[in-house]
Amino acid sequence: MSKWFSKGTNNVMPNANESISGIATSLQRPDAAEKVCGTFEYSSDLVANNMLWGGTLRSPHPSARIVEINVENARGIQGVATALTANDLPGKPNYGLLMSDQPVLADEFVRFEGEPVALVAAADPEICRRALAAIEISYELLEPLTDPERAEDSPAVFPGGNVIRRVPIERGDPEASGDVVVEGVYEVGMQDQAFLGPESGVAVPNEDGSIDLYVATQGLHQDHAQLAPCLGLPGEKVRIHLAGVGGAFGGREDFSVHAHACFLALNTRRPVKMSYLRDESFRGHLHRHPARMWYRHHARKSGKLVKVEARILLDGGAYASSSSAVAGNAARFACGPYRVPNVSVEAICVRTNNHPCGAMRGFGAVQACYGHESQMDKLAKKLGMDPLEIRFINALQTGDRLPTGQKVHVPAPVRECLEAAAAVPLPGESSDNVDGYGLPGGAGRTADRSRIRRGVGFAVGYKNLAYSEGYDDNARVRCCLKDGKLTITSAAAEIGQGFVTVARQIAHEVLGVEDIALHPANTSDIGSAGSSAASRQTYMSGKAIELACRQIAQRVCEACGENWKVNAKQLSLANGRVRSEDGRFDVKLAEACGDPIETEVFHSHRQTFGMDKATGQGDTDASWIFGAQRAVVDVDLDLGLIRVVQITTGQDVGRAINPLSVIGQIEGGISQGLGLAVMEEVLSQDGVVQNGSFTDYLVPTFADMPPVEVTLIEKPEDGAPFGAKGVGETPSLSSTPAIAAAIRAATGLELPRVPIRPEQIALA
Amino acid sequence: MEIERRYELLINGKECKVESSWLGESLMYVLRERLGLWGTKNACEQGECGSCSVLIDGMLACSCLELAATAVGVDITTVEGLGAPDNMTDIQQSFIDEGAVQCGFCTPGLVVAVHDLLLSNPAPSGQEIKEALAGNLCRCTGYGRIEAAVVKVVQQRHE
Amino acid sequence: MPIRMKVFLPTSLEDALGILRASPGAHVLAGGTDFMVEMNYGHRRPERILSLRFVDELRAWSREGATLVLGAGVRFADILSSEIATLSPALAQAARTVGSPQIRNTGTIGGNIATASPAGDTLPVLWALEAMVNIRSEKGERRIAIRDLVTGVKRNELAKDELITSISIPVADGPQEFLKVGRRNAMVIAAASLAFACNRSERRIACALGAVGPTIIRCTDAERFVGERVDWERLMVPSERDRVKFGELCSEATLAVDDHRSTARYRRHAISVMAYRAVARMS
Repeated sequence: MSKWFSKGTNNVMPNANESISGIATSLQRPDAAEKVCGTFEYSSDLVANNMLWGGTLRSPHPSARIVEINVENARGIQGVATALTANDLPGKPNYGLLMSDQPVLADEFVRFEGEPVALVAAADPEICRRALAAIEISYELLEPLTDPERAEDSPAVFPGGNVIRRVPIERGDPEASGDVVVEGVYEVGMQDQAFLGPESGVAVPNEDGSIDLYVATQGLHQDHAQLAPCLGLPGEKVRIHLAGVGGAFGGREDFSVHAHACFLALNTRRPVKMSYLRDESFRGHLHRHPARMWYRHHARKSGKLVKVEARILLDGGAYASSSSAVAGNAARFACGPYRVPNVSVEAICVRTNNHPCGAMRGFGAVQACYGHESQMDKLAKKLGMDPLEIRFINALQTGDRLPTGQKVHVPAPVRECLEAAAAVPLPGESSDNVDGYGLPGGAGRTADRSRIRRGVGFAVGYKNLAYSEGYDDNARVRCCLKDGKLTITSAAAEIGQGFVTVARQIAHEVLGVEDIALHPANTSDIGSAGSSAASRQTYMSGKAIELACRQIAQRVCEACGENWKVNAKQLSLANGRVRSEDGRFDVKLAEACGDPIETEVFHSHRQTFGMDKATGQGDTDASWIFGAQRAVVDVDLDLGLIRVVQITTGQDVGRAINPLSVIGQIEGGISQGLGLAVMEEVLSQDGVVQNGSFTDYLVPTFADMPPVEVTLIEKPEDGAPFGAKGVGETPSLSSTPAIAAAIRAATGLELPRVPIRPEQIALA
Repeated sequence: MEIERRYELLINGKECKVESSWLGESLMYVLRERLGLWGTKNACEQGECGSCSVLIDGMLACSCLELAATAVGVDITTVEGLGAPDNMTDIQQSFIDEGAVQCGFCTPGLVVAVHDLLLSNPAPSGQEIKEALAGNLCRCTGYGRIEAAVVKVVQQRHE
Repeated sequence: MPIRMKVFLPTSLEDALGILRASPGAHVLAGGTDFMVEMNYGHRRPERILSLRFVDELRAWSREGATLVLGAGVRFADILSSEIATLSPALAQAARTVGSPQIRNTGTIGGNIATASPAGDTLPVLWALEAMVNIRSEKGERRIAIRDLVTGVKRNELAKDELITSISIPVADGPQEFLKVGRRNAMVIAAASLAFACNRSERRIACALGAVGPTIIRCTDAERFVGERVDWERLMVPSERDRVKFGELCSEATLAVDDHRSTARYRRHAISVMAYRAVARMS
């Protein structure tokens, strides 16, 4: 049926006419030309010979018992290859990132609206849709648990109870209090990653019973560890290949089509393609945890923090995913990047019959940041202080102790980030305005200049870099230098962040080699790189590449020393050549040593430890990243409509390996933070999502994003690759509270919930 | 004219025969799955993201909202009809130079939309750029580098 | 296995009407911006589709004295053209708020009417201007006021063999305004919208509301109230209190409900603010 046969993976080869450059340069992406021309192959662009289309039937109910499923009608439709239910599963029925609780297909119970119940493979998507509609299921409806506040006292949604994790942190004197006390209750709505590339992939079964899955994912090996048991296959019979990823932001940490496509392919012995439509995407991946947060801050008259008390309730939805780690982050970052001598925090993540939640950019620290920054502003107001001043007074510094008792051992430029954000001149009145387009309400022409108020707000946040709490965090890389060309083999997922660029820059910086290719990422050619998550891939795999290349450089010098009888210690590599200090020896890298030099590096970051179960104390984190924002907004006081006019930001990046990419990450992260501040929320009613489409789940458009002024704070971290920290997540931490603070400044309202809806302002 | 099974589309100047199993397929689906023109991307299939933007008789449109079988005899231009990796347009090159590409899923649609914009308005203001591109969602870049890419092309063309 | 379906592509109105007579129930496809979403998501499965893409007669527009006649196939982007925008400013303002450039290049005014969504952006304008819809079938022609054509949420009273051919709109005879609130600065479905038109010759004000009831709502009480208080020489409502009262009366006309886009209370409030601003912009 298909006239094309896709490669399945994108070879990331350098552009022919492009010269490579090292760190601190804005080298272009190796995949950019393909992407701008539409020839880059994403996971939804794959086809295989004799391919079927797979589809998922999902529960329309948030809580129900499956009484009966009848797939015979579906099987009888011409063009349908198979229809499967939980009864047909070949292996382990459950999977999950940190706890194996999510069914591949619901067996007896469905626990959220959208839970997969049955699968169909058919000749084409339209036949597949009709077959799914022909499946008969009878449900016995159960009362869904949708209020996380009631979770602890309600019947268990899943065996084991409704508390996924409770994380206390107790430090200092519980009786301590300050001259002033401010209290608040804050809420964060459920945000969606809303990546554009749909969940998709192709599973290709082989004669020998093995299977190849080409899929868009963040973590190939973590998928593999979960997938092989579900398929009832030994690990070596399951190979996962990274197909082109159309954005991720945490939403591809968990399975999407993985098990289903493989299951259908094994059953039909034909390749199966699956690709979600947007409504299924909203049900097929996990969202950011909604949070309810109670805070009480105690401070001296001077503004110095004495104690922070907080209780953070996260709704994990029906299945655990990475919820326990998200709860750990929410607790550890609850107080913000401040010196707080006395801390009493508890974060709880509970199960409900709402959509499951998991990883999203900022991972628990986003919710906390909105809470602590709202409190800092409230404190400043009560003390009559400037919002910047109170942050300066309490700003965390290297050497300070965190609420966990851990000492900050890396650069912590909290004050510098804030100063950088504050240093940019404030914008003038919005003038670039065509018929209201530049004012709140935009194209709707609602604005009345006399009713627009401007507000300015600041916020600062921080989070951990890479995995924490004793999680075994490592990355494996293999580099091979042959005929003057370097091949890097790594399973790190390129999800748009630019790892493929940074990897080449680091290798070039160390080896001076011009010709660098990245081997396609998969689970069979190399061990795990860990997931492209937690801002960690440059820090982890980037470091591994640096180390591997340094080993290769040393071996090149040694080989030259031996072959050419020169002092190896005086040799160095640059611009594709090996040279001695005195310049007498100067040979092309390709000619310097005959045999290929290959090295494999397994890099782990500094050891981290778990949190004490009672007090939360422990050296939990490898490093931290900091960032601050100033938001300037215009608010239509009567209609509650908002236009963000400008964002300025200071970001702690350690070292910018690719400044243009770093700015891209920062601007993108800010747009997601802006979305959470004023428009993005997955709305549910009785556990049923109301706005699972891009018509009603609103993400910022071109017309919603203001200009962003970025200042990079470059304080290299010892041991990090050329000092570089991660940059993926910090930008989305503090933009939400900064925008909320600016709206508060414009309106004088408390606004304890994001996203802020127009009615909260207009009807206040 | 009536169509029951087979039809021809004029895409990037070439006649392309289409044989669908179902005439309800969108132009986006036909371009991709039936004709192998994968540059037209499938992000929302509800006309909200612009990733599947094409030119139909020179008008920017979402191909997911066109019933393919009704697009016979019109001139369809996809991103593949604009430039190729070894022969890029100045707009495509500017996207690369200015860092406007991350995951790239929105990029082909944006490239088509920017070609359309600069044909009708060779020197757009910042606000005009925003309005013209408001139908193309990007989730990675926050639009800043995309705007820079458009501005740079405009500058280059006026030099 | 081919799934049965037939697509008709007539090139004249006469042919289109003949097909509709022979195949009543064929789905009429204008721009397709609403219909195709339902097709892509499997919510609609017609066996016959009649596309109006090549019926050029429907794309034409003309001015006939004090009336602007827009073919049903005139696209939102066409309405933005300066010629039509001069004759019908509020319609152009409304058309500009429709979706994105891509949608405006595709969607048609006839489709907006036939789809009959209470949030259809051009509809409040057509209501306020008391547009007449010209309809044809093989049996003949008829003309109906838009408020009589649209009978409920996404419901109209077109017979299965009928097509909307054109819309007759009075050319602007005084200031007009269209305002729309949504949570995004572009590309958003209205949470509430309002069209406002002054008719200087008849010395009256017309106002209609979108997305605050099952169909568009005319604010007759508010219109009467404010019409009597306009200073027609200076073309303004001099009294601030009257302008506020006008907003309140418009708000009272709503039949707003809570949904995922907004709340009834906010919608009522937004209408009062927009109405106030519309009347304040008169001068």
